[in-house]
Amino acid sequence: MLRIDRLSHRYGDGPDVLQDIELTVPDGQLLTLVGPSGCGKSTLLRCVAGLLRPSAGRITLDGEVVDGVPDRLGVVFQDYGRSLFPWLSVRENVALPLRRRGLPRAERHAAAVAMLEQVGLADAARRHPWQLSGGMQQRVALARALAARPALLLMDEPFGALDAQTREDLEDLLLRLHRAEGMTIVLVTHDIDESVYVADRVVVLAAGPGRVRADLPVALPAERDQIATRGLPEFIALRTEVGRAVRQGAATPPPPRA
Amino acid sequence: MSPATVRRKRAGRARNALLGAVGVLVAFAACEALGRSGMVRSAFLPPASEVLVRAVELGGDTAFLNGVGATLEAWATGLALACALAIPLGLLLGSVPAAAQAARVLIEFLRPVPSVALIPLVSLLLGAGSETTVALVAYACVWPVLFNTVYGLGETDPLAKDTLRAFGFGRLAVLLRAGLPSAAPFIAAGVRIAAATALILAVASEILAGFGEGLGTFIAQAGMATDGTRDVLAGVVWAGALGLVINLALTAVERRLFPWAPEHRGSGA
Repeated sequence: MLRIDRLSHRYGDGPDVLQDIELTVPDGQLLTLVGPSGCGKSTLLRCVAGLLRPSAGRITLDGEVVDGVPDRLGVVFQDYGRSLFPWLSVRENVALPLRRRGLPRAERHAAAVAMLEQVGLADAARRHPWQLSGGMQQRVALARALAARPALLLMDEPFGALDAQTREDLEDLLLRLHRAEGMTIVLVTHDIDESVYVADRVVVLAAGPGRVRADLPVALPAERDQIATRGLPEFIALRTEVGRAVRQGAATPPPPRA
Repeated sequence: MSPATVRRKRAGRARNALLGAVGVLVAFAACEALGRSGMVRSAFLPPASEVLVRAVELGGDTAFLNGVGATLEAWATGLALACALAIPLGLLLGSVPAAAQAARVLIEFLRPVPSVALIPLVSLLLGAGSETTVALVAYACVWPVLFNTVYGLGETDPLAKDTLRAFGFGRLAVLLRAGLPSAAPFIAAGVRIAAATALILAVASEILAGFGEGLGTFIAQAGMATDGTRDVLAGVVWAGALGLVINLALTAVERRLFPWAPEHRGSGA
């Protein structure tokens, strides 16, 4: 279980980017964080990843305080072109996090190829990331994040740079992998439809400073379909609610400083 | 990259090679004409064809080739020594700000000192042998390699570093797995620049020393002989040709080693 306790963050002497964030994510939940730009959603994700030390408050993972990068963590960034290593082949990229597990080379290899199969890229193992399309590169990044079987997967606008068709394919791939692996996922997005479509739960952040504006369960059938699910009245009602919360979150003036 | 683009790139390279050859021919013809016209005494500037014939002749002269070998050995040793010093030092200065700050004044003091100006000093200390040449070459080569290493490290994508950190890698691993490979094309370019400087230093220090073995020694001794201009120029042609070959070879190596670098993408793989 991931717990975020009264977390606040500011950069240097600047204003609070995040203020008193309270959030508990049960194991296996796919939670989407959505909000207007500047609401601190990426900052929150970096704090959870242990890449950034919050100014105040704390994060615990299975009861242990996150101080530095937690074990069994997977991360996918939006900018796959910069996050994948161009000097490594696709397979070497995917196998890289397994080095931290102390697996022998042959096992790392096999695990990487197996993971690439799961994202439909077994044939691309020997190629280099920059020889692949954007969608394929983000699949590689996803395979790399999952290769070490993380208990917690953090995704920072993972599909934001892809075209609509590719994005839908990857959303469905993510749902399949989530069902198969059962890891906890926190996915940051600015796409309201996406935040509802993939999620078990949507958390809307308001901007200036970032704080939780709405916390909405997604009562949609577990089996999602790009056409059918998006046509359900429940989907439309929820996306409207999320959309309204995001808009209001952007419009609210900052509260008086304590 | 599409086949059409590859074709276009190849055609472009062939055209550049052709233009390069035209430039050489024009310069050759001009020197030839100047040498033959009588405007300059042919003892001072022999016709280009005679110099070229002599240069080719020297290719069969074992003593001369041994000298070239000695020069190249000093060149390679000095360059290797410089890399062995400058790359680790560059990694340190590029990743530990305190070290960079501590070294800044010293580096800014040493860097503007022309290596050629150190020839008499180093000759006094090490004598006029290959040690002197190696030391001077190494000194001159340290700078481009060092600065390119530091600069290349600075260009490391912060997201690449964050990615490694998020996978649990520590500082040193991040330096070696993200910093070093992304700086590698810069370091290689620094080595290529240093290789040219190294050749200048190797030949120059041999010329100034005036004895021993080497291409510079050959040029220096020919310069003192009567009617030695032709030999001097033939030696110069050899030095230039060596520089050209070294540069072409290093460029090809860079293309092979770093196919991912944006300027090489698609041309190698």
